[in-house]
Amino acid sequence: MNWPQFWQYTAANALLGIVPAVAGLAISIPVGIACVRWRWLYGPVLSATSIIYAIPSLALFVVLIAYTGLSNLTVIIPLTLFSLCVLVPNVVDGLRSVPEPVRQAATAMGFGTIRRLVQVELPLAVPIVIAGLRVAVVSSISLASVSGLIGVASLGYFFIDGLQRNFNEEIYAAIVAVIVLALACDLILVLARWLLTPWSRKPGGRATANAEGAQLLQEQSA
Amino acid sequence: MSFFSFAWNWLQSSSQWHGAGGIPIRVLQHLGYTGLSLLVAALIALPAGVLIGHFGRGGFLVVNLANAWRAIPTLGLLILMVSLLGFSVLAWLIPLVVLAIPPILVNAYEGVAAVDRDLKDAARGMGMTDWQVLRKVEIPVALPLIMLGLRTGAIFVVATATIAAEIGLGGLGRYIIDGLATNNYGEVAGGAALVVVLALLIQFAFVGLRRLVVPTPLRAMARADN
Repeated sequence: MNWPQFWQYTAANALLGIVPAVAGLAISIPVGIACVRWRWLYGPVLSATSIIYAIPSLALFVVLIAYTGLSNLTVIIPLTLFSLCVLVPNVVDGLRSVPEPVRQAATAMGFGTIRRLVQVELPLAVPIVIAGLRVAVVSSISLASVSGLIGVASLGYFFIDGLQRNFNEEIYAAIVAVIVLALACDLILVLARWLLTPWSRKPGGRATANAEGAQLLQEQSA
Repeated sequence: MSFFSFAWNWLQSSSQWHGAGGIPIRVLQHLGYTGLSLLVAALIALPAGVLIGHFGRGGFLVVNLANAWRAIPTLGLLILMVSLLGFSVLAWLIPLVVLAIPPILVNAYEGVAAVDRDLKDAARGMGMTDWQVLRKVEIPVALPLIMLGLRTGAIFVVATATIAAEIGLGGLGRYIIDGLATNNYGEVAGGAALVVVLALLIQFAFVGLRRLVVPTPLRAMARADN
């Protein structure tokens, strides 16, 4: 077992999985905001993302080889597109989950549209957005290993190599590494949600959405 | 030449459409892998998701477990199965079933768990037994989400069944893997295009199926929701 190469490809796999989830989030937030602001936009956007999702990852990698060669972009672009299918609906649902009374209270406190969006609506949407981000990052780390088939460095290389050399330990190690990598990212996101939503971890269990909003507004005005 | 012209040229050559390795046979094989995997996954995940949603216990576990479950790399599992079991049906069936379980399970669970309490109370008040509430109220109300889970699972499997060709199986992945191995870009592009078309047809089939099985008032509700 070539351990230096193994760690190097593990890091490559992590990059190929995390970058698409982050890029997908960066695209989904403005798209989601637009879909909430202009309701008619949501239907077509939803159809487009689910059609993209129907394309096999391997097929999309192969299509992109013609344009981006065997670079990381060949893997990152398709995985970013896939992540939109999970992230856009979650951003929209998250923004819509903000209760109307909280929105009105923020307006009454003198928040303008932009400030209300950034300081009240987006923070309250964090739990639902992070739920989507967890699915996106775990899926893309797992899917990134498929790029071993087209010869891009990732943990998938060891699946193919293990098969060709009849070396099962290599396959086991790579599968475990993919799972551990994905679960580590998942855990970081759970932690991030905890850090980003201080109002939701007050003693006494789950507060109602209205109470959470009130708590947030109180902290903001303090 | 672009991807599309490569694909188009390859698809136009009539030799692709005949014989054992021809497109019609490969499409049927691909649908066979997809159908069987989806069936087995549904038989496992639907009852589990519906029951957990009904009893309202273990929901937290289901959502987190399903997310961890998605981390299992299908290609790696497929190759591992081949090296452990040889080229048997189980070698490709297990990874594809594993792939399809999370969306089916989570959607069935969330669909049933989200049924309005008042609705269930009303059903009980009308004299329905627990089993009748599940069968006549909870499952029909959860059907839009259950169908969404099945559709997502089907799309996962139809797209991923391509990698089964890596272990020497048929299906549309054959063209992609063989084309890659022989540097025949036209074959790769043609195979990829066929998978996309098949996946889109399955999406449309599920839209039709949803129309067929979801009760009309619920369809109207789901539309108002969007």
